[in-house]
Amino acid sequence: MEARPTSRRRTPSIILAEYKSAHDVLHAAEKVRDAGYVRWDTHTPFPVHGMDRAMGLRDSRLGWIVIVFALTGLTGAFAMMHWMNGVDYPTVVGDKPPGAPQTLPSMVPILFELTILLSAFGAVLGMFHLNRLPRHHHPVFESDRFRLASDDRFFISIEADDPKFDVDKTPALLAGAHAANVEVIEEDVS
Amino acid sequence: MAYWEPIRELDEAHLVQPASKLREVTHEIARITENRAPRGWWICFLLASAFAGIFVLCVSYLFWRGVGVWGNTSPVYWAWDITNFVWWVGIGHAGTLISAILFIFRQRWRTAINRFAEAMTIFAVICALIFPSIHVGRPWLMFYVFPIPNQMTLWPNFKSPLLWDVFAVSTYFTVSLLFWYTGLIPDLATLRDRSINPWRQKIYGFFALGWRGSNRHWQNYERAYLILAGISTPLVLSVHSVVSMDFATSVIPGWHTTIFPPYFVAGAIFSGFAMVETVLLIARTVFKLHRVVLMRHLELMNKFLLLTSLLVGYAYGMEFFIAWYSGDEYEMAHFLHNRPMGPYWWAWAWMMSCNVLVPQIYWFKKMRTNLAVMFVVSILVNIGMWFERFVIIVLSLNRDFLPSAWGLFRPTIIDVGTFTGTIGVFFTLFLLFMRWLPMVSMTEVKGTMPQADPHRHAEDEGEHDPVKIPDQERLPAAAAGALVPEGAE
Repeated sequence: MEARPTSRRRTPSIILAEYKSAHDVLHAAEKVRDAGYVRWDTHTPFPVHGMDRAMGLRDSRLGWIVIVFALTGLTGAFAMMHWMNGVDYPTVVGDKPPGAPQTLPSMVPILFELTILLSAFGAVLGMFHLNRLPRHHHPVFESDRFRLASDDRFFISIEADDPKFDVDKTPALLAGAHAANVEVIEEDVS
Repeated sequence: MAYWEPIRELDEAHLVQPASKLREVTHEIARITENRAPRGWWICFLLASAFAGIFVLCVSYLFWRGVGVWGNTSPVYWAWDITNFVWWVGIGHAGTLISAILFIFRQRWRTAINRFAEAMTIFAVICALIFPSIHVGRPWLMFYVFPIPNQMTLWPNFKSPLLWDVFAVSTYFTVSLLFWYTGLIPDLATLRDRSINPWRQKIYGFFALGWRGSNRHWQNYERAYLILAGISTPLVLSVHSVVSMDFATSVIPGWHTTIFPPYFVAGAIFSGFAMVETVLLIARTVFKLHRVVLMRHLELMNKFLLLTSLLVGYAYGMEFFIAWYSGDEYEMAHFLHNRPMGPYWWAWAWMMSCNVLVPQIYWFKKMRTNLAVMFVVSILVNIGMWFERFVIIVLSLNRDFLPSAWGLFRPTIIDVGTFTGTIGVFFTLFLLFMRWLPMVSMTEVKGTMPQADPHRHAEDEGEHDPVKIPDQERLPAAAAGALVPEGAE
């Protein structure tokens, strides 16, 4: 890391502990969870099986977002087709009276496709929203070792604004859980 | 038994050798985008872009002169253009099958090929979408198919299968793109973190959206991936069903068939697997991916080809049977006379031999595991499936109810150039993808490795400091006998 001007006051923003295996990080996460931390996270190159429970996370709420999008797609598609072919410019095709229930079967393919289309947008945009992505700047990127989190290393980060955070005890907890390396990332105080 | 452990009773092996390290997987796949392109890539790329150039010339000429430059004529108004459209859409289907349906069935061998197959879907659907757009005659009026206000105050007719097709194929393209990009995000982060060049870092970093492998993110990410796989599964089945309704809702003998939707879907997956295999074999040789794409994956794909070939063969047999069983003289004339003995009997013969007879050699393990055989068969299957669509479209139109309205279709050089040109477009896009994006999902491959098991101890993990792995030190080829030695192709 480059040397920064020393005139500014610096304060810890996040503690980053590095682990060598999925096994180590999972058990370390259990310890952090049991110690009562809330503003913390694990960073792994792939989703580690059982980590949600080890971190004490609730189930993802993404499904609720997707169902709203799906129903919007379904009703929107029906409204569009009914209004365009049945109300605004009634057209008789296949001897079906415009806007009558008999036109419903011919709507099925587009009802289905637009439901799927909006669900897909709901799943991807909802995931971005829940994850607060894109976010190109984050304190963990200040660490030079953190680039290995997308390769073969496993990390736990604990934020300094966690109520349980302690400059001495928190790194000790992480190191005690077989961390290969613990580093404190600081930020400038303006 | 834990889900990441191979089932010994079924003779399963680890997807990647147990001795491999996570870092080796990253290196093996990311290096392709980081090192200079091998000579094989340049040869393929120049060839493909030459054909893409032919495509541009042919389409420019088409726009200049009009659709008369094609061989389409009364009574065959749908010919190569729609044949190519159906063929390309079908090819795309295998990609979604591999990425979505095999994901839901927890077929973890798919990790070696899914990114690849998804990319193939996107490029195949791009090629497919070109054909209906240039076939309309006045391409600048394409917007009439979309429900947007126009100067004639007309809305599209939502009861038309052709309009269903517009919605089905464009939804399919959009959802495939979203699915593909979602899968790419963690791997783009890996490329960002490995990059030395600041421009690479900025560009990959931009598209990685600041991904930091957070488990709070993984949780939503995995759920999104599962939902996308769940909705893509009925979607992919619907797309070729809707395509088949373009034909099945008409009254022409040869088109007016209720078997069409499942028959088209089976054929789509059949041709798509063949195309994945063609492209995969080229990529595996050019980029030396022998350690990631194992012979076991290829053999499984060949079994899939055999299965879908039998499904397609069953559909052909059923068409014959129903034509005879219906007692309808037009149906019988079409299926029992015009197809096998009419003026285009050779197209029917190509279709039958490539789609039904040739894949039967995959009953033998020797054939299923022979690279040269599978390369040839994969190309033959694609030829056969192209002829299937040609048979369905041109042979049904050229002789319908009234003999006085019969006629023959002859392709022009522009037809040939446009079709082979889209193959060039497809391979150009594909080669660019292989060069600049991770063509195997590093994240998913790592997730199937023994190291991903959180109950496994870490004593045998690698060194702490980054190690550069020289080419010679790569592990010997995987599971004994299952793999051709490197450089043997």
